[in-house]
Amino acid sequence: MSTCILRAPVSKGFSLQFATTFAKTTSCYGKLGSTAAPQPQVCIVGGGPAGFYTAQHLLKSHKGVQVDVFEKLPVPFGLVRFGVAPDHPEVKNVINTFTQTARQDRCGFYGNVTVGSDVTVEELKQAYHAVILSYGAEGSRSLGIPGEDLSGVHSAKDFVGWYNGVPGNKDLKPDLSAEMAVILGQGNVALDVARILLSPLELLKKTDITAGSLEAIAGSRVRRVLIVGRRGPLQVACTIKELREMINLPGTQPALDPRDFQGLREAVQDIPRPRKRLTELLMKAALEKAAGKEAEREWSLRFLRSPTHILPSPDRSRAAGIRLAVTRLEGSGEHARAVLTGEVEEVECGLIVSSIGYQSLPIDPTVPFDPRQAIIPNRMGRVQQAPGLYCSGWVKRGPTGVIATTMNDSFDTARSVLDDMESGQLDTSTPRAGSCAMHALLKQRGVTPVSFAGWEKIDAVETARGREVGKPREKLVDVRDMLKVASL
Amino acid sequence: MAASTVLRKSMGLSLTIRRVSHIPNLSNWARLKHCRHLQPSTSGERCQRACRSLHTSAGLCHSDEEGAEREHDKDVVNVVYVDRSGRRIPVKGRVGDNVLYLAHKHGIELEGACEASLACSTCHVYVSDGYRDKLPEPDEREDDMLDMAPLLQENSRLGCQITLTPELEGMELTLPKITRNFYVDGHTPKPH
Repeated sequence: MSTCILRAPVSKGFSLQFATTFAKTTSCYGKLGSTAAPQPQVCIVGGGPAGFYTAQHLLKSHKGVQVDVFEKLPVPFGLVRFGVAPDHPEVKNVINTFTQTARQDRCGFYGNVTVGSDVTVEELKQAYHAVILSYGAEGSRSLGIPGEDLSGVHSAKDFVGWYNGVPGNKDLKPDLSAEMAVILGQGNVALDVARILLSPLELLKKTDITAGSLEAIAGSRVRRVLIVGRRGPLQVACTIKELREMINLPGTQPALDPRDFQGLREAVQDIPRPRKRLTELLMKAALEKAAGKEAEREWSLRFLRSPTHILPSPDRSRAAGIRLAVTRLEGSGEHARAVLTGEVEEVECGLIVSSIGYQSLPIDPTVPFDPRQAIIPNRMGRVQQAPGLYCSGWVKRGPTGVIATTMNDSFDTARSVLDDMESGQLDTSTPRAGSCAMHALLKQRGVTPVSFAGWEKIDAVETARGREVGKPREKLVDVRDMLKVASL
Repeated sequence: MAASTVLRKSMGLSLTIRRVSHIPNLSNWARLKHCRHLQPSTSGERCQRACRSLHTSAGLCHSDEEGAEREHDKDVVNVVYVDRSGRRIPVKGRVGDNVLYLAHKHGIELEGACEASLACSTCHVYVSDGYRDKLPEPDEREDDMLDMAPLLQENSRLGCQITLTPELEGMELTLPKITRNFYVDGHTPKPH
C-alpha cells in the first residue's frame, strides 16, 4: 500500500478536493497510469460476509482492481463474528476465506471508520471509481406494542450481540432471574437465543461466548423458554439443523402440543422437501414421548399467537408478562396470513426477546433508501439513480438468508460492477486517489483506521487469552481495548 | 530454476521427467509421472530402471508398461465440472479425491465456506444422471444443509461429501447458476 505523505500544512477547512489534488502529486499515483492496465479503485462499506465475498469476486475477476473495505468496528467479519452462535464454530470457518482475501496486496482493510460520519459517501465516491454498500442491518424491527420499552425486553439482535461481544451491547444486563423467558419469532435466531439460554454450562464455557455473558448465564434462573409465532407449524422460519439441535439439547426436553400438528401428516406429503423434512421432525418431536426422566429445562413452540401488550410489574419498573392474541390462518403454505380471532391469553415471564427480524438503516442522506422495505433500492446490485453506487448483502435484499445466500448475492453485485467497468458504464479511465486520499482525510479528522494487521494483533490476543481458559478465543468487548491492542 | 519449478508444478510433472531428453507424447508423460511411485519388483525392474534412467521409448518393457498404465488408469477418475457460466472443465481426479478440493485444485469456483464441516451449503453441486445412485446415501446432516441451499434439485449434493471412486468415471458436477433472476418477485425470503 503506497503511503501518502502530506507536506502542506493542514487547515481546518481541509477538504477531500484538496486531498485528492495533493494526492495526485505524491506517490498515490506513482504506480498508476504508468502501465496500460487500469487500476480501478473500489470501496466496499462494511466488512462482513457481503463485503468480503464481493471483494473476493472482484479481486479474482479483475487483475488490476484495488479494493478497500471500510468497517465501522476495529474488527472485521460482521455477523460471522457477532451473529453466528458461539456453539456453531464450523460456520465461522469462512473467516479463513475472508482472511485470504484481506491479505491480498490489492485489498485494504480500514477498521474503526464509520462511513456516514467519519467520511461521507460523497467523499468516497470522489476517491473511488465505485462504492459498494454492504453494511448490513444494524437495527431491529420493532414490535410496535405497548410495554416494548420496559426493562427486561430486548431485541434478539441486542441479546445475541451481548453474548457475542458486540461492544455496544456489553452492558445489556438481561434479567435472567425469572423461570420463564418468552421469545417472539420462530426463526433460527430465536432458536439460537433459546439454545444459549438453556444449554448446559459445561458446553457453553468451551465456546467463544463472552466471559461477561457466561457469568450471567451461570447465575441464570431461566428454566423454561416459550418460542412464540404468529402462524402455524408449516410457517416456522427456522431450519432443520437448528431444530434438531434443540430437540437433542442435553438437559432439556421439548414441550410441543400434539394438537398443533393434527391433520398435518397429509398436508406435508406434496410440499417441497425442506419444509416436509422440517415438519416431519417437528411432528415426531411433538408426538413421541421422551423416554427416561423428565429434564430440568424445557422449551416449547407456541403457534398462532401474536403479542399485543407487554405487561409491566406492579411497580411498573420492568416487564412481568406478555399478552398474546390468538390467531388463525387464512390461506396456506408460505403465504398464509395470521388473522386475529379475538381471544387472548397471558403468560408470566421475566425476559422477553423479540426475534422478528433485523433491519437496515439509512447510512447517509445522499444514498437512496426505501423505508418500507428497509433496503437500498437497486437493480442487480446497482443502486437506482446513483451511478457508481452499488450494494450487496442484507442491505440490498433484506435481512434474511444464510452465508451461502449472501455469497451468491455478493458475487452477483461484483458481476454488475465488473460488467459496468467493461462496458464503460463505470468510467475507470482516469485514476482516482482511493485509499491515499482517505488516509489524509481520516488523519485530519483524528480517525485512526485499524489495518488488517491491526486486527491480526487483536486476533492473537483474543486467541491467547482464550487458550488460558479453554476457549477458542476470549473476545475483547471494548473498542478502546481493541484500538490499544491494534496499535501495539 | 524457479521458472522451471513453476512450469514443472503447473504441468504436474515430476522432477524425473524434466531430465528426459526425448519428449514423448502426453500419455507417456502421464505414465512416467506414476513410474516414480512404482515399487521395485523383479519382473518390472528393468522398467523401473528405465523410468529412473529416463528412457522414453514406447516399446520398452511393453507388458510392464501396460501394467503400469493399467494401475495408473485404475486410479484415475475422469469427471467434468460445469461452472456457473456453463463452461465444461474436464478434470482427471484420483480415487479418493474429494470433489470440493479437487475443484479448488483446478481453479473451479466452488466455494467451501465451512471447510467441509457440514455447516453450510456453498459447495452445492448437481450430480449428473446415472451417478446419483453410485454415491452413498447422504448423511442426515448433509440433507439438513442441502435443505438450505438455493435452487435445490433432486440431484443436489454437497461437493465436500463426495469422494471419487472408479464407478464415478464420467460423472458431471454442475454448479448451480447464481441466476440474475434469483431475486424476482415471488421469491420467498430464506430463513436465517
